[in-house]
Amino acid sequence: MLQLPEIYAENIQRWLPELLSFSLTTLKIAFVSFLLAVVIGVFFAVCRTSNNYLLRSFAITYIEIARGLPIVVLLYIVYFVPPQLFPELNWRWFSDFTGAVIGLALHGGAILAEVFRSGIEALHKGQREAALTLGMTPAQSMTYIILPQATRIVLPPVANYAIGLLKDTSLCSLIGVNELMNDAKSIAFADYQPMAVFVLVAAIYFAMSYPLSLAVRTMEWRLNISR
Amino acid sequence: MNKETSGRPLLRITDLHKSFGGLEVLAGISMDVARGEKVTIIGPSGSGKTTLLRCINYLEKPTSGHIYIEGNLIGEKKVNGRIIHLSDRELAKERQEIGFVFQRFNLFPHLTALGNVAIAPQKVLALRREEAEQRARQMLEKVGLSHKINEYPERLSGGQQQRVAIARVLAMQPKLMLFDEATSALDPELIGEVLRVMRQLAEEGRTMVIVTHEIQFAGEVSDRVIFMDQGRIVEEGKPRDVLLKPKEPRTREFLKHIQER
Amino acid sequence: MGFWRILDERGWYFLTTLLGGWPETLTVAIGALIFALIFGLVVALLRISRWRILRFPAILYTEVFRGTPALVQLFVIYFGLPDIGFEPSPFQAAIVGLGLNGAAYLSEVYRAGIESIHRGQLEAALSLGMTPARALQYIILPQAIRTMLPPITNFAIVLLKDTSIVFVVGVVEVMALARNLVTETLQSAAVYLIAGALYLCVTLPMARLAARLERQRQAWQ
Repeated sequence: MLQLPEIYAENIQRWLPELLSFSLTTLKIAFVSFLLAVVIGVFFAVCRTSNNYLLRSFAITYIEIARGLPIVVLLYIVYFVPPQLFPELNWRWFSDFTGAVIGLALHGGAILAEVFRSGIEALHKGQREAALTLGMTPAQSMTYIILPQATRIVLPPVANYAIGLLKDTSLCSLIGVNELMNDAKSIAFADYQPMAVFVLVAAIYFAMSYPLSLAVRTMEWRLNISR
Repeated sequence: MNKETSGRPLLRITDLHKSFGGLEVLAGISMDVARGEKVTIIGPSGSGKTTLLRCINYLEKPTSGHIYIEGNLIGEKKVNGRIIHLSDRELAKERQEIGFVFQRFNLFPHLTALGNVAIAPQKVLALRREEAEQRARQMLEKVGLSHKINEYPERLSGGQQQRVAIARVLAMQPKLMLFDEATSALDPELIGEVLRVMRQLAEEGRTMVIVTHEIQFAGEVSDRVIFMDQGRIVEEGKPRDVLLKPKEPRTREFLKHIQER
Repeated sequence: MGFWRILDERGWYFLTTLLGGWPETLTVAIGALIFALIFGLVVALLRISRWRILRFPAILYTEVFRGTPALVQLFVIYFGLPDIGFEPSPFQAAIVGLGLNGAAYLSEVYRAGIESIHRGQLEAALSLGMTPARALQYIILPQAIRTMLPPITNFAIVLLKDTSIVFVVGVVEVMALARNLVTETLQSAAVYLIAGALYLCVTLPMARLAARLERQRQAWQ
């Protein structure tokens, strides 16, 4: 039978520092992808709600495809397809890290685009009209009335996306990025301790996501109270 | 007015207290209801009338005090000299004898009128489906809705929904019927049809405790009227006395207020 | 362009090879779905129970399985369990792994659905003499199911997409075959694009269906 406490006592001093340093890589990936995804999401949300038919269709197509593909497949496509499709171009800057970040961001952008869209659409037209009839400029109505409410609506789903993103970084290991999951694999198989190592890694991921989870729930609770 | 005196009261409440957190909503209620008696409870919002009713069928657990139906302790039992609360199963069994009509009807939207009335006889009393539906049909006829038995609640008017709710309670043949502001959520035109049913039930000799704002109805139908305020019984007596010649100043104020609306 | 010629000449071969992985993909997806639907309901009922001793494990389970990546969970089950004597097959590991992960997610869907049913319904049922269990069975759940259908459909789509990671535990489904093909032919662009198209052929119609169900539910309210 497995003696986890003993195994950890023996090895944790070797494992933990290494795993934690790769956790930093994980956090880096998540952070950059998140920012990029927000930018992409805002862009496509605006296109999606625009009056221009072409822009709307473009946005809808992108969103449907990016959400319909498994993340793994999207990562593979982003990382492998462009260099093969355009071999003439210079791809030396395109590391696995970059590919992973772009892939995750493209996926997240589609998700966030829908979140932002429903946030914008959830606000009654009446809100803007009321603000304008009170004498506010469109900019003021946006700043004081629309955006605060939209942010309220949008914050919990965005935060939930962030938590999912953190977990999804583990998929980057499948295209060779040296983050936490990949390191876990190498240690686990090098030291013949898969159970111990993977459980430890699970705990590390949990330690990263749980605080965020709690924060989201407090946020949701606070936002609901004030309704 | 019909009033069978069979000695023991059907419903007895002794020194009932109920607090929600720090707020005391019932501050010591004691009352008896005889078999076949109709008692109406009136009073301002927040007086605790609804909470009192909900304590009787244990939708709310009293903080202290006891409730007896036909001499039997409700919601609690004596075990080795100590009094403990009942399990859900035991509570459910006791609730079969008490009918509760809600202000907001609470019909089951996924069932037709017939289904609403038949489901409890079928699942709780374990009647066969045909028997349960037969009884349901009878009850729905009694409240004047035979032509609507296959309609879903969303297609019924408020008054019709409340009558279905009453039929649903009748199908369980309860000993005691509680009405929690049964007409307060209805448009004025629809109140009459529900009051008509309630009057009919009263004339049949059922034991009813009614919380209502319909003062005139209270006067016509009740054997006794109770005025509650701030968790206490302020005044009680025959409707003629309480409603037309109230002794307490608070009662007078409340009735004046109601009359003015 | 080299790419388009490859696609033209060998595209059909790639497609048919990848299609050979669909039975495995579907097996894992359906197996995990059934597991998650049933186990998720169990966890949800535990979660809303009155007794802390039943609630606590349910909460713990849900937090852990939603707070860790599915990939790690698969690795623990397939590579870790042998250490303590269980040796699951690739399929078993995949179905149980995705199933446990999914059940944690679904239990929250179930819980939200049950709690969304107005309290008055429960009170009416209890007042008629139903036990809480009966009230749940005949009054609450039938209504809750209608609310839960769209999120559950969406979950099924997510599950289908998640099957793309089970090749790590040795299941030979679409992605496993794709990677083999790439090793064999070095045509990563063509292969992965075709694989992507394959997934889209299933997920896009499902997503349209889910959207329609969602619209129906909103109309129903």
